Amino acid sequence: MAVAERQLDMASQAAARPAWTAVLHDWVTSADHKKIGIMYILMGTVFLVIAGAQALVMRWQLVYARHDFVSPDVFNQLFTMHGTTMVFFVGMPMIIGMANYVVPLQIGARDMAFPRLNALGFWLTLFGGLLVYFSYATGGAPALGWFAYSPLTTKTFARSAATDFWALGLIVSGFGTIAAGVNFVATIVTMRAPGMTFRKIPFYPWTILWTSVQILIAIPPLTAALIMVMFDRQLGAHFFDPQNNGSAVLWQHLFWFFGHPEVYILILPIFGIVSEVIPVFSRKVLFGYEFMAAATMAIAFISLGVWAHHMFVIGMSRTLDMYFAVASLLVSIPTGIKFFNWLATMYGGRISMDSPMLFCMGFLAMFLIGGLTGIMLALAPFDFQLSDSYFVVGHFHWVLIGGTLFGLFAGFHYWYPKATGRMLSERMAKWQFWLLLIGFFLTFGPMHISGMLGMPRRIFTYEADRGWELWNQISTIGAFIQAPSYVIFVWNLVWSLRHGRPAGDDPWDAYTLEWATTSPPPAYNFDQLPVVHSRRPLWDAKHPDDPDWQYE
Amino acid sequence: MSAQAVALPTPPPIEPERTLPPALWGTIAFLVSEGAFFATLIVSYITFLNRDITGPTPAEVLSLSLVAVTTTCLLSSSFTIHAAEKALKRGALGGFTFWWAVTIALGIAFLAGTAYEWTGLIRDDGLTINTNLFGTTFYTLVGFHAFHVTVGVIVMLTILGLALRHKVTAQQENAIAPVALYWHFVDGVWIVVFLVVYIIGR
Amino acid sequence: MDGLVLLANSAAQADPTSIFEPASPPAESIRTLAILVFVIALFIFFVVEFILFYSIWRFRRRKQAGGADQAGGDPTAEPPQVYGSKPIEVAWTAAPALIVFVLVLVAARTLWEVKPDVPTPSPGDNALYVTAIGHQWWWEFHYTSYNGEPLDFITANELHVPVGDDGTPRPVYLTLLSADVIHSFWVPRLAGKLDLIPGVTNTLWFQTTEPGLYLGQCAEYCGTQHAGMLLRVYVDTPDDFETWLANQRKPAVDDPAVAEGKAAFLSESCINCHRVRGTPAAGTYAPDLTHLMSRETLASGLVPNDRENLRKWINNPHDIKEGCLMPAFGLSPEKLDLIVDYLATLK
Ligand code: HEA
Ligand code: HEA
Ligand code: HEC
Ligand code: CUA
Ligand SMILES: [Cu+2]
Repeated sequence: MAVAERQLDMASQAAARPAWTAVLHDWVTSADHKKIGIMYILMGTVFLVIAGAQALVMRWQLVYARHDFVSPDVFNQLFTMHGTTMVFFVGMPMIIGMANYVVPLQIGARDMAFPRLNALGFWLTLFGGLLVYFSYATGGAPALGWFAYSPLTTKTFARSAATDFWALGLIVSGFGTIAAGVNFVATIVTMRAPGMTFRKIPFYPWTILWTSVQILIAIPPLTAALIMVMFDRQLGAHFFDPQNNGSAVLWQHLFWFFGHPEVYILILPIFGIVSEVIPVFSRKVLFGYEFMAAATMAIAFISLGVWAHHMFVIGMSRTLDMYFAVASLLVSIPTGIKFFNWLATMYGGRISMDSPMLFCMGFLAMFLIGGLTGIMLALAPFDFQLSDSYFVVGHFHWVLIGGTLFGLFAGFHYWYPKATGRMLSERMAKWQFWLLLIGFFLTFGPMHISGMLGMPRRIFTYEADRGWELWNQISTIGAFIQAPSYVIFVWNLVWSLRHGRPAGDDPWDAYTLEWATTSPPPAYNFDQLPVVHSRRPLWDAKHPDDPDWQYE
Repeated sequence: MSAQAVALPTPPPIEPERTLPPALWGTIAFLVSEGAFFATLIVSYITFLNRDITGPTPAEVLSLSLVAVTTTCLLSSSFTIHAAEKALKRGALGGFTFWWAVTIALGIAFLAGTAYEWTGLIRDDGLTINTNLFGTTFYTLVGFHAFHVTVGVIVMLTILGLALRHKVTAQQENAIAPVALYWHFVDGVWIVVFLVVYIIGR
Repeated sequence: MDGLVLLANSAAQADPTSIFEPASPPAESIRTLAILVFVIALFIFFVVEFILFYSIWRFRRRKQAGGADQAGGDPTAEPPQVYGSKPIEVAWTAAPALIVFVLVLVAARTLWEVKPDVPTPSPGDNALYVTAIGHQWWWEFHYTSYNGEPLDFITANELHVPVGDDGTPRPVYLTLLSADVIHSFWVPRLAGKLDLIPGVTNTLWFQTTEPGLYLGQCAEYCGTQHAGMLLRVYVDTPDDFETWLANQRKPAVDDPAVAEGKAAFLSESCINCHRVRGTPAAGTYAPDLTHLMSRETLASGLVPNDRENLRKWINNPHDIKEGCLMPAFGLSPEKLDLIVDYLATLK
């Protein structure tokens, strides 16, 4: 009957298309930057759903005071894995994957400088993620928090091998990230199209260049510190073991010397994406390109010197407190420059609110708030109250979701037509956007309040008399409003692959080189290497009477 | 699109950009990350200087005369590898092979010195990685440096094998340059390690 | 749902741990700073969001074909391209720089207010010095000096301090240490938090003018029961405090009526971990029980300290505090009762 028929039908279809094993083999062995980029993004999406599900469990545990849904140990493992996954296996792969796809196209190159190193980088990242999750096989994930303060990581307090898998996984994926950083630097420095000097490079590759510099400087200290953890645990070394004069504070310095630049690794590329999308959808050139470029460098450099603002409560001297407070506050100046230039780009334009722009507007509206709460945290004395409270949780989700995730979604909606030849459904995009925005507001807004009402983070439960219950309940409701938006997003990616409107080569009437080739681009990207005279080569092509290079 | 084509402005000519080849930029980027890695180990070493309550201390067990010899080996190998590179550029393959082999020999001499030093430390002085903070940081820092020397020696041996089979030509300068750069870097790191561990820390 | 409403005292305060209800100079200074920063942030927020929404509204491309767009021009034409402007860039670099400058000044002032230099005990200083040691997952308080007079007794989980009055402030200096991992001392109404780090000595300062109970809890993740590491600071009138001090300094009550219970207690392994001053029980691993019954709560603030809970606790601590470091001993009900009888006398 019908089943048999369908099977027959499927069999004949399979015969027409290459066998799935061949397709899989093709992808797994690919060194094409576009395929690798897509694999990074798929990896990030899978981990996003996993870590998101972990977050939902945490939110359900916190819905009532003294709620007994998961045990304390399980809860502690949940936030450790949620934070680790989101930062290392969602944020970074998505950022690197998108850059992998877009940067060579935007600079008019045929591939990355080292295609096989590129593939190696992806597989190391993926295996790192799998290693971290393998810790569950030891009977439970590590319960350390994503920054794993020593001496919680010493054998005394973390006996199971879960911690070793965690450290090993991060070391391995760190190598993958460094490989990507090396590759981006070599690619962007040496493989730009003829005429595309550094002053004419599109803004997104520019931010990726500085992100890579930060990767190269910030990830190795984490690798070194994790190796020290492994030496402590496996060889009996004493780096982070206070009982033998080791130092718990050294770990914090090393971790945050990585950790703070890490959060800018997660936001600089977003600044790049936003700087591509806003001009196109405002029909204007990016306002103040040079200042934007300089601001990017300033952020990259300043952010290497602010790490101890995560450590105000360890009791540093007042001088150090002040130094790190001032350095952190200084970041707001170049960030402000960016904000104002984006607004100036929109001003006087002809703005269309297609989904990429919609997410950019969400980004501008939300990231501002997260930045301002960051300023509050940077004021050392205020941080004595706020640190390690839910206010911090509110701050960083605000910048990580309102910043990183909104920006990534803008990028997905912007470049999906290029990668697949199909448009994403605008209808689903709008649903995704509004559910995410509302859910996000409800989830993380109240956290600022419960934080200021004294609620510390990483607690599996709380007392009823503290006045936190209501705020937690709103948070939980918000999380469950957010959840469908991610489902819609994933569904949109899948559905539009076959049912999306055909996109054409240049659906957004955009300015940069990736839109000069077909959608999806051929394996070699361009038939002929393009020659560039300005920051907006396609604008020049579309307005030969009034090209950009006259004004730059 | 066409009628006023006459009036269209013509862009200025494009000047070709001069830059290093991708492999060298890749190496430089990689070495930046290596620098950050070693900086971390060195900072940790300095943090724990003189924090031990139990011995042995660096002053008690580190021999300056031994390390002076190994340091000389390693530093002179920077010059020999430079000589090899220059020979290759001239097309003097014999000279290249000679200086290349000398560089490897010096690298191996350095490693032998380290092995000798470590044997003494472990056997005679009872200093292991878990004895005290000095042992912890010393073996980690010096060990990771020696590991880098080892990797360099292995890579250079491979190239030597190719050279002996006449598979290295002057055109391969681009493949040799990253190795040489790496080797100079490893030397440079040793200067810092030497200063921190054997001069300041002793 | 045990311990839902712990004590009337804490219920009196609607938000017992709000940083906006300060009761001590450091917390007050921080609130002042906080309000100032909020005003500045709100100002920036409104300016930027206004420009953003205004731009979206004003320059939105209207889709109706053929008609003029909002600006009165041809909707398909490209708007004028503006590449940038140096004076404008300078202006919007300078404005945030100015704000940052102001923020730095107020932050510095507040910092010096909340982190003064710590004096050493001297006679007649009215100051209380306590060494607080963080343990997984409870607090040890070692009283070292009050009003210049040395003290030497240890208690746990509930900190008693004297209230100051207008003429005589009674500052409290806590020396913060850790026995295992990093913890953080946080009573929001009294002061910002400060970490207790193994191998590091920190000092926290506060002083109060309102008697009462101030709540807080450990604020640095420290393992399984980080959430169950609650903190209670009792601010007593000077007289009450002196009475409390006098009682704490005494060795444990030795009530002959519970001699059998005492023997039972001493025969168990309890004494390896717990101390009861004046008896052979001299463990230092776990809370000092010398004046157990002078505490209102058990297990660092998780449940009220009554007979029922005490019995439940000793029978199986993990029923109350899952994962805590005191094991269940499987004592017979009789022995359990005996031990509880004894402990209940340790006023
Ligand atoms: C995308 C990631 C991201 C970004 C971009 C930021 C941006 C900033 N963050 Fe945030 N932060 C995190 C991710 C991020 N952060 C994470 C993950 C943590 C917690 C880690 C953990 O503990 O688990 C954290 C924690 C954290 C702390 C530690 C809190 C604590 O644990 O005690 C601090 C303290 O200073 C801080 C400060 C800042 C500052 C000053 C900025 C600035 O860069 C913000 C600058 C932006 C603006 C200010 C807005 C735009 C500017 C203008 C419109 C100009 C005018 C404004 C002024 C003049 C003020 N952050
Ligand atoms: C990019 C980074 C990122 C992102 C996107 C998120 C997203 C979310 N986070 Fe996360 N979070 C962190 C980074 C991030 N977080 C970090 C670094 C920490 C610190 C960890 C630590 O303290 O060590 C943290 C900590 C943290 C905490 C604090 C835990 C604690 O201190 O006790 C909480 C609590 O509510 C939380 C909640 C959420 C929620 C509700 C979301 C939501 O936005 C998630 C929404 C997504 C989904 C809901 C997925 C949708 C999928 C489905 C619906 C499918 C469901 C499928 C099945 C059930 C099979 N996060
Ligand atoms: C292995 C060590 C150990 C042993 C043995 C032990 N305890 Fe405990 N005890 C602890 C620890 C640790 C705590 C603190 C638990 C917490 O709050 O996290 C504690 C807490 C307590 C408390 C609560 C103290 C307070 O102020 O909240 C009481 C009462 C107590 N124990 C009684 C006993 C009795 C009675 C015995 C013997 C039958 C005993 N303990 C044996 C480790 C031990
Ligand atoms: Cu102690 Cu958290
Ligand atoms: Cu930071």
